[in-house]
Amino acid sequence: MGPPFLRLRKLYAVVYPKIKDEAPPPISEIHHHHHHQQQQQQYWLKTNHNTDPNGWRCVDRCCWMIGYTCTVWWVVLLLYSSLLHTDVAPDQSPGSRLRREGLRPLHPVVMVPGIANGGLELWEGRPCSEGLFRKRIWGGNLVEIFKRLRCWLEHMSLDNETGLDPEGIRVRAVPGLVAADYFTPGYFVWAVLIKNLARIGYEGKNMHMTAYDWRLSFQNTEVRDQSLTRLKSKIELLVRSNGNKKVVVVPHSMGVLYFLHFLKWVEAPPPMGGGGGSQWCAKHIKAITNISPTFLGVPKAVSGIFSAEAKDIAFARAMAPGILDSGILGLRALEHIMRVSRTWDSIISLLPKGGETIWGNLDWSPEQGYPCDPTKKRFLKSSLTDRVGLANSSGHGKLGLGAEENVHYGRIISFGKMASELRSSKLSMINYKDLPLHKLTQGRSDSEQVWTEYNEMNFDSIKTIVANKVYTTKTILDLFRFVAPKLMRRADAHFSHGIADDLDDPKYSHYKYWSNPLETKLPDAPEMEIHCLYGVGIPTERSYVYKLSPSLGRCKTIPFRIDGSADGSTNGGCLKGGVYTVDGDQSVPVLSAGFMCAKGWRGRNRFNPSGVSTYAREYLHKAPASVLEGRGMESGAHVDIMGNVGLIEDVLRVTAGASGIDLGGDRIHSDVMKISEQVKLRL
Amino acid sequence: MSFLRRRRGSDKPPKEIDESPTEDSAAEDNKNIKKKRPPSAAAEARKKGWSCVNSCCWWIGVICSVWWFLLFLYNVVPSLPQMVTEAITGPMPDPPGLKLRKEGLTAKHPVVFVPGIVTGGLELWEGRPCADGLFRKRLWGGTFGEIYKRPSCWVEHMSLDNETGLDPSNIRIRPVTGLVAADYFAPGYFVWAVLIANLARIGYEEKTMYMAAYDWRIAFQNTEVRDQTLSRIKSNIELMVATNGGKKVVVIPHSMGVLYFLHFMKWVEAPAPMGGDGGPDWCAKHIKAVMNIGGPFLGVPKAVSGLFSAEAKDVAVARAIAPGVLESDLIGFQTLQHIMRMTRTWDSTMSMIPKGGDTIWGGLDWSPEEGYNCNPKSRINDSHVASDAESEKVESASNNVNYGRIISFGRDVAEASSSKIDCIDFRDALKGNNLAHSNASCDVWTEYQELGYLGIKAVADYKAYTAGPLLDLLHFVAPKMMQRGDAHFSYGIADDLDDPKYEHYKYWSNPLETKLPNAPGIEIYSMYGVGIPTERSYVYKLSSYAECNIPFQIDASADGGNGESCLQGGVFLVNGDETVPVLSAGFMCAKGWRGKTRFNPSGIRTYIREYDHAPPSNFLEGRGTQSGAHVDIMGNFALIEDIIRVAAGATGEELGGDQVYSDIFKWSEKINLQL
Repeated sequence: MGPPFLRLRKLYAVVYPKIKDEAPPPISEIHHHHHHQQQQQQYWLKTNHNTDPNGWRCVDRCCWMIGYTCTVWWVVLLLYSSLLHTDVAPDQSPGSRLRREGLRPLHPVVMVPGIANGGLELWEGRPCSEGLFRKRIWGGNLVEIFKRLRCWLEHMSLDNETGLDPEGIRVRAVPGLVAADYFTPGYFVWAVLIKNLARIGYEGKNMHMTAYDWRLSFQNTEVRDQSLTRLKSKIELLVRSNGNKKVVVVPHSMGVLYFLHFLKWVEAPPPMGGGGGSQWCAKHIKAITNISPTFLGVPKAVSGIFSAEAKDIAFARAMAPGILDSGILGLRALEHIMRVSRTWDSIISLLPKGGETIWGNLDWSPEQGYPCDPTKKRFLKSSLTDRVGLANSSGHGKLGLGAEENVHYGRIISFGKMASELRSSKLSMINYKDLPLHKLTQGRSDSEQVWTEYNEMNFDSIKTIVANKVYTTKTILDLFRFVAPKLMRRADAHFSHGIADDLDDPKYSHYKYWSNPLETKLPDAPEMEIHCLYGVGIPTERSYVYKLSPSLGRCKTIPFRIDGSADGSTNGGCLKGGVYTVDGDQSVPVLSAGFMCAKGWRGRNRFNPSGVSTYAREYLHKAPASVLEGRGMESGAHVDIMGNVGLIEDVLRVTAGASGIDLGGDRIHSDVMKISEQVKLRL
Repeated sequence: MSFLRRRRGSDKPPKEIDESPTEDSAAEDNKNIKKKRPPSAAAEARKKGWSCVNSCCWWIGVICSVWWFLLFLYNVVPSLPQMVTEAITGPMPDPPGLKLRKEGLTAKHPVVFVPGIVTGGLELWEGRPCADGLFRKRLWGGTFGEIYKRPSCWVEHMSLDNETGLDPSNIRIRPVTGLVAADYFAPGYFVWAVLIANLARIGYEEKTMYMAAYDWRIAFQNTEVRDQTLSRIKSNIELMVATNGGKKVVVIPHSMGVLYFLHFMKWVEAPAPMGGDGGPDWCAKHIKAVMNIGGPFLGVPKAVSGLFSAEAKDVAVARAIAPGVLESDLIGFQTLQHIMRMTRTWDSTMSMIPKGGDTIWGGLDWSPEEGYNCNPKSRINDSHVASDAESEKVESASNNVNYGRIISFGRDVAEASSSKIDCIDFRDALKGNNLAHSNASCDVWTEYQELGYLGIKAVADYKAYTAGPLLDLLHFVAPKMMQRGDAHFSYGIADDLDDPKYEHYKYWSNPLETKLPNAPGIEIYSMYGVGIPTERSYVYKLSSYAECNIPFQIDASADGGNGESCLQGGVFLVNGDETVPVLSAGFMCAKGWRGKTRFNPSGIRTYIREYDHAPPSNFLEGRGTQSGAHVDIMGNFALIEDIIRVAAGATGEELGGDQVYSDIFKWSEKINLQL
């Protein structure tokens, strides 16, 4: 206890005796309190100064500074919290408003959190994790990540062969509403929705948060934890104990795919399925209100797997700046993230599905020709009548439409900006698959502290990959099989990313197809409703410009990275920092979120044989007006949309019994209908 | 330190003040250029104007730094206390989970925990405006910060409706679910956490452990009516059995959870709509063992004093916090009344009123425990000091304790022989005749206000109450509460268990009015601590009567003296676990259900496992690993080991059958109950 303690000692040992020698003060001098204090301070400083000319001041100053900082901090904190409290008036919340309208709980609600939102806690660990038993190692305050980084990484990883627990480590999903109400203190995920549901009368007995380990492949959650069986039992209980009212399911993000998997699983016969019978969904589910659905995958997953660079496929990236700077891991943070996240099978479920038919090929993509920046879109529309003004504005707008047609969104990964813009005829394709790969090198794979499968590749194969220039959603899977064979071996056992030719083919009864809407039929439940609720109006990652990593020669680096310097003014601003963007909710492009509801399942078709009605409801993003508003009440961002009042109102109305028609049917802001028209999918 | 400083300041001669500013600020400026201190003029100004603020800042800084430093030390050396302990007492034994894991035990049967009264957390789902910002925060359990912040709001929300025993309008308080509901009651005060941690060591996790959380304030059947809690427990048990390869569950109820689970076992097999419609063999199919910890099968005397005068020491932990609340100005002197008003709306407390009447708890002149020597020390020393006159005296004194008189008015009544007690019947006594200014100033409503002077006098005139008349007394003083109680609980002994009236749910939590399920494969354990003096009967007095007071209170002046008597502070003590007397915890397994009896027609095997209380040897041990106290026993290593063995597949025989330290078998013999 260095300075303060020493200081104390000093006061007693040195200063006090000295006082005795000094004459008592004239009484007149101390009558004024303020003055008195001042004297005291000055004298005190001086005494210290005299006894130790260099040491004491500094300590005093430090203390003063700390005190000052603390006080200011507290005051600001106090102000902030009080202001926030006044800002969100509970009376105007959708819950209170709808309660006054007379809405009451009718259907039980089942929430299915997405990837990285659910808390994980430790049940058994290595010695380094002592004291963390039943503490959250994911979600919560994340302090442990920084305290024992290596330990944390080790415990968050899964086994690279099986995709299940490593030996001697058990990390399990937190159950209950607390699992995903707040991700970290103050950062809500489901909390706002829960609160508003509670305002119209919901409580623990008619709300259920599905707890599953989001790192595992969907079927493995059943194998290891029986999570699907649990969910089935919970839904049955909810229905039974709430007067046989069917449930409204509210999945978010990857939870959408998880619940698709559940829909198929529950009606499939055991042992692979839940044995619920072919009418289970019809009997138990009123509606599925998918929030920010990732039905057809997200391009972010591609960059995440390829170079661990997706901006927030996991919140891991949000924390990455901190980790990157930490001295412990040094430059390898990204490699560590890659190593850990590549053991998470669930990420594979987010790879784009449907190949080139959906996501476009070298020359074509459904989104081409539509403006990528929604704010600019409105600008364009409004200024179409005012062409002069447009032309005058630096020629930028004029280039706009023409250039946008040239954006090849279908090329999900291009090496170099040039490759992303060239015509396909000018691209030279090399077949890298026949190359003798792996295990040739000495230079790259001796130090194995950080294991990524890139270490097993040699320079030639890396160069060949780059030489191939562009990859579409179809060839990207081959690329992954090439660069990450182990990951993809596990992935291919659990997920499929194609389009079914014949849905009646018996092979589609295998669980690996269940989470792909393009390879499954919806259940035979004509009364069920499927809603797609998602935000629009935010530029969203769609395809990437890559380059070779500059530190390629060194051991244990990821050989590729996004070319952050590739910025395009010629493309109408669609290219920023090496990323081509389209309209979406910051994580999921509208194509993925909206296509199934807008077209893939619309009406009665082969993916939707019983004619389940679907509704697409979009929420235009509106950034919070001020800092005090927090994350905004009209946000359209992937996670922040959970606090969007419009969305909450819709969900509440559905849970209180409204149908999609009652809500007003579709509600479209983006070009999703036109984009969907471009997709030539046999229905 | 502040004293020192202040004195020094005033001692200071004024001369030096004049010199110091210039000198100081100059030196300061030279030194702190890098820190961008303000120029000397500004510095001077600051010193003159801001010195108070500065010294405040300085103090805060010092305090913060010291605090952080200590925190840092504490975090860096977390094992320091442990190291000290180990240096003193030798290495700590392995926790039972680790020890048994080394023996090769692994998770087998899923386990279900049923928490007792007050140990489960309750959270707010809907409240009055005063509870703003507490949505889904714990009102019960956790830090209890809100009691101090807004006590009257808290009391209002924790109370139930006095007519229905359910939620008041616009208030919804619901049990916390999951293992977190009752692992720790307050931070650092474990309830189930130690057991959970040890089970986890042999491989248990969330999917094989289930906390059957329920709202412990409301009547058992109402938990089903309002929250469908019983259906949930049924569904969860079925799920656990199904997902664990058909292995039956081991149920571990604690305290009132024991009664709750008794209720559940009857409910689940009873036909709908009153029951869960699981069919007559549900228990046989789903339950391997019921390991009751500290079970108040036959009720606890503490419940009586709690209901009668809100004075039980810890029937609600509310009493434990009461000292603080008592002093709070906001409620003032009416704290006890507030607590009484609140707890009297909690129907569940009535499940713990002593059951079986005089047959079990003793009459005016006899009780099963009579002859018990209250001082364990002198009991041990008996052999050494047999001739000691003092100990003989104690012996004879304790022989005379009339435990059967659960409430006596006055110490002389408690000790007189029955022929000398002149009982004046109170049942027909008139109520009313309130003193003047009735209902005037009492903002706290307890039913005592309707009792009036005559009623109170009549109650006191009856002198001594045994378990039978006690019920009449409660009916007399608290008719509304008992009206609800009678709808949900029963306290008698069944003459004919096949009487169809016993199909009603109000009998289900009384082991003397129900049959155990037809499941010969089940094992029932009664595990409880012994060796702690436990409340058994009370000496009451009339309190100074005022309109708003509770008219009765325990006569704390009645004391046997010298710490060796059974009577301490107006309470007669007997062997038990500090809350539940041995008789209540052990009788059913020792005799009532032993073998094939009318209460146990299928011959379910019962085992008694007693754990002799040994207080923690030093402060660092916390609540001890050999405690026998009602809640602390959840950290008793021997008990945990027994539970883990059973969960891993052992039977009662393999544990070693009965393990008895008290006189439970002797006392049970004295009870003349038709079996």
